[in-house]
Order: sequence, then structure tokens, then C-alpha cells
Amino acid sequence: MKTITVNGNEINWEKDINIDDLLKKMNYTFKMIVVKIDGNLIKKNEYKSTIVYAGADVKVIHLVSGG
Amino acid sequence: MSSMKKEEFFSKHDQRIIPKLQRAVIGIAGAGGLGSNVAISLTRAGIGELIIADFDKIEPSNLNRQQYFQNQIGLPKVAALKDNLEKISPFTRVKIYEVKLDKTNIIPIFKNVDILVEAFDKSEMKVMLIETWLGKFPKKPIIAASGLAGWGKNELIHTKQIDNLLICGDEESRVTEAISPLSPRVGIIANMQANLVLELLLSKI
Repeated sequence: MKTITVNGNEINWEKDINIDDLLKKMNYTFKMIVVKIDGNLIKKNEYKSTIVYAGADVKVIHLVSGG
Repeated sequence: MSSMKKEEFFSKHDQRIIPKLQRAVIGIAGAGGLGSNVAISLTRAGIGELIIADFDKIEPSNLNRQQYFQNQIGLPKVAALKDNLEKISPFTRVKIYEVKLDKTNIIPIFKNVDILVEAFDKSEMKVMLIETWLGKFPKKPIIAASGLAGWGKNELIHTKQIDNLLICGDEESRVTEAISPLSPRVGIIANMQANLVLELLLSKI
């Protein structure tokens, strides 16, 4: 079984899943996030077009207001 | 006007770190609760040059956490901050930009910094800055803050590192109308950001 890692949690990889779908699957509903795959930044407008490959290490960082 | 000598100001510093600090150029995006505190700590630490950008003017409600004074209300934050920093030390050059940062001006303003500190209030601005910065400079560090509202909960505050993106805060306490930012927690997290700047600069000593 192929897997990916999302914020340190190992989950099963699904063929052709994109970032947008992955965020929904993980129930990440926060709007203000930064996404990186294996250290590479994925911009907001690339979520639908970026396919998550098997073995990918995905980091989703939530930014909350205040400063 | 005092004529404080450089060797006097730095006499309590570890002498090995002074050249690295004095050669460093640090960007600070925002001069509010985070930015004003980061700037003061880095000036006292002896950073050679700070580049600070903010469009805002000082309001009475800012004085609950931002490093300004009553007689500065109404002034542009960057001008007042430069004035306050120059009162602390003449050994940090302070370049200021009174502008609202956006995708088009972030890179021209901060392209020569060694490290960028994210010191915005609104989360959408934080995301915009991080995406713009890492999109252009994937190898240059950016130190952001997320989750600093309220009071207490020291034990939840931490640093997270994802390559060259570093985040300080508890990653959950957001500022809303009911939970305002207060000086202690904002100051702690700003100083964690400043502390990380030193850690990155001095890592090879």
C-alpha cells in the first residue's frame, strides 16, 4: 500500500488526488493556510492542478490573525 | 546627545558575534505589536540594518502592546519606530517604507535582506507574504507568527520549522473582537521571532 504523510500523519495514497481534494478529505477547513510538498511551496491557485504523488510529505500550515 | 562609543555599547556582547550581527540585514514586514517589538530587540542585539515597512499610523488602541508613546499618536508607525530605535542605538541603520505591502512591492523592498520577519496582523496578509516570499526566494528564511491572542497559556507557545519557513505562536489563538491581542503574549512571540533571527545568523559560531 502506497502512502503519503500529511502534517506527520501517514495516510493511504489515492491516485490522481490533488491538493484541493486532499484538504477536503483531511477536513482542513481553514482558509488561511500555506501548503508545502517535500519543501516546495504550492500556491493557492495551484491546489486544483497539483497532484499529490505517492510518498509525498505534505505540510499544511494554518495562519491565524493577530500581531 | 550622548556620544556612546561602539565598543561601549557592545562591551557586554560576546565579541565573536558582533561582526555577524553588524553585517546582517533583517526585514520586518509590519510595525505593529510584533514588528515594533522585534525591531527593538534586534536593535539592542546589534543588527547592522533593519528594513521596516508599514502603512499605518499610531492610534491610542495600539499603545496596549506596541512600542510607541502617547506623544506619537497620529504619526506614521515606521517614522516613530525609526525615531525610537535611534534613541536606543546609533549602531543599527533603519530604512523605512511607509507603504501597504502587497505582491508587487514585497520583493523590491526586501530583496536584499538575509532574513524576513512576518509581523502582520491579518492572516490573509501573512499568507500573501509567505507565498510571495517563498515563491521568489525558496532558500531565504522567513519567520512568521501565528496564534498569539489572549493571555496565559505559556506552555502552548512553540516554534515550528518547515524548511525555511519558521512559525512562532500557539497556531490556534486567533484575534477576534472578543479576544484581543495583549502586550505579554505578543511580546513573547515577537521576541521568539527575534531570537530565531539570532539563531539563524549565528548558527555557525
